[in-house]
Amino acid sequence: MDKKTFTQHISQQYNEDLEHIVTRVMTMGGLVEQQLEAALEALVDGDEQKGEQVVTSDYRINAMEVELDEACTHILARRQPTASDLRLIMAVIKAITDLERIGDEAERVGRMALHLLDEDRRRSPMAEIAALGEQIKGILRGALDAFARMDSEQAVRVAQEDIKADAQYDSIVRNLVKHLEDNPKSVPPVLDIVWATRSLERIGDRSRNICEYVIYFVRGKDVRHISFEQMAEEATGDRR
Amino acid sequence: METDTRDGPVTKANVTMPETQTTPDQRTAGRASTKMSATDLNLWYGETQALHGINLDMPSQEVTALIGPSGCGKSTFLRCLNRMNDLIPQVRIKGGVALDGEDIYDPSVDVVQLRTFVGMVFQKPNPFPKSIYENIAYAPRLHGTGTSRSELDDLVESSLKRAGLWNEVADRLDTPGTELSGGQQQRLCIARAIAVNPEVILMDEPASALDPLATATVEELIHELKDNYTIVIVTHNLQQAARVAGYTAFFHMGQIVEVNDTDTLFTNPAEQRTEDYITGRFG
Repeated sequence: MDKKTFTQHISQQYNEDLEHIVTRVMTMGGLVEQQLEAALEALVDGDEQKGEQVVTSDYRINAMEVELDEACTHILARRQPTASDLRLIMAVIKAITDLERIGDEAERVGRMALHLLDEDRRRSPMAEIAALGEQIKGILRGALDAFARMDSEQAVRVAQEDIKADAQYDSIVRNLVKHLEDNPKSVPPVLDIVWATRSLERIGDRSRNICEYVIYFVRGKDVRHISFEQMAEEATGDRR
Repeated sequence: METDTRDGPVTKANVTMPETQTTPDQRTAGRASTKMSATDLNLWYGETQALHGINLDMPSQEVTALIGPSGCGKSTFLRCLNRMNDLIPQVRIKGGVALDGEDIYDPSVDVVQLRTFVGMVFQKPNPFPKSIYENIAYAPRLHGTGTSRSELDDLVESSLKRAGLWNEVADRLDTPGTELSGGQQQRLCIARAIAVNPEVILMDEPASALDPLATATVEELIHELKDNYTIVIVTHNLQQAARVAGYTAFFHMGQIVEVNDTDTLFTNPAEQRTEDYITGRFG
């Protein structure tokens, strides 16, 4: 993020408060990334320890959400932020909600992975799910990167990646449904796989949400619930 | 048009309002969405230019807030809107200010009459050293809009009610206005301003001398008055502008940097100088 965002207030304390909040968001983002990484290792490699770690570590992300919400509330109460400061606080409040939910989804992937420890991984479309997982990791990383630098063009690129991931998800689910039709006895484990895949897809969607907040901060435009093309235009076109 | 007041202020003796502007009803009939507008307005105090080419439309029955750092020209501009600057020696004004499309600096305009249409409320409550009743009745009696005692009684009551002060003072109209609390005094001044049935009310930091509760009361009053009057308010309190105004103009060094609807100006200003000012940056 442009250093000017924090360093030019007349109030040095205000600079520090805002800088602290953004630093903590990035720390929270780092934790969420770790959780996703561990959840994928548990799912794809059948790593039980990683699965347990994911399930027992989510509380740290929840605690950071609460802490950051409180810090943002204090800024609103004490500083009555306006313009880009206000948009920053709004973006942070919304981004941490999505980060917390991404943590929940990662936890769910970890939980499903623990259910699937005894399953033969060669039978399920694990290679495709591993590829989707890598794609989703890249999307989350890209979204956090766009947030850290408040880069609206990067945010658009990440949103585009999420569209590709959604298509990949649809393809995996189609294959799983076909597998269920051919193997009716495999319903419980396949459902777990569907849940885990669904969680990965949701992490992509929530990462895209974070990108939308980046565009809101940078451009002052609300790009939620519009087409990708409109979003790209708002993020890169003339400011007004 | 150029008005040079170095030879002394314009007085009532030399002008009258143009015939087409003599009654509020006539003026109201022609009301457009813009109540007052400044066009390329420049103002000098002696050799020092304080306003540079101000263009600003003030919409009818809306609150327009003027914000900006000290010395930016916002109060000077406000005073141009009812020719208060005429009272200051060595003021020279070039450009136009229109009320309902009519130039208020036209030589035929009666300034005293103009000020009944465009009233002013000041930063420091300044009730006359008279009773609450007389504070309200004074100007209508002077202008001949209320002559009989019963007419004046009605006017005093309705003005105090519109200013939200009636319930607090109804049983002590004979006590001096100066004995009221600061917030009540300011509402008395607003009641006094609306007693002459103005169309525009100018407010120069009307709440800066008041505590938060009295400020909230005055702000609520501004919100209610908006339905019947056009209000232009100068304020140093950005949150106050954000709370009360539909439109906000940011002044800096005698120029308007940006005018926008208040929501946009405070969330997504177009100009960097606006952003720097409202977010408290060095700029």
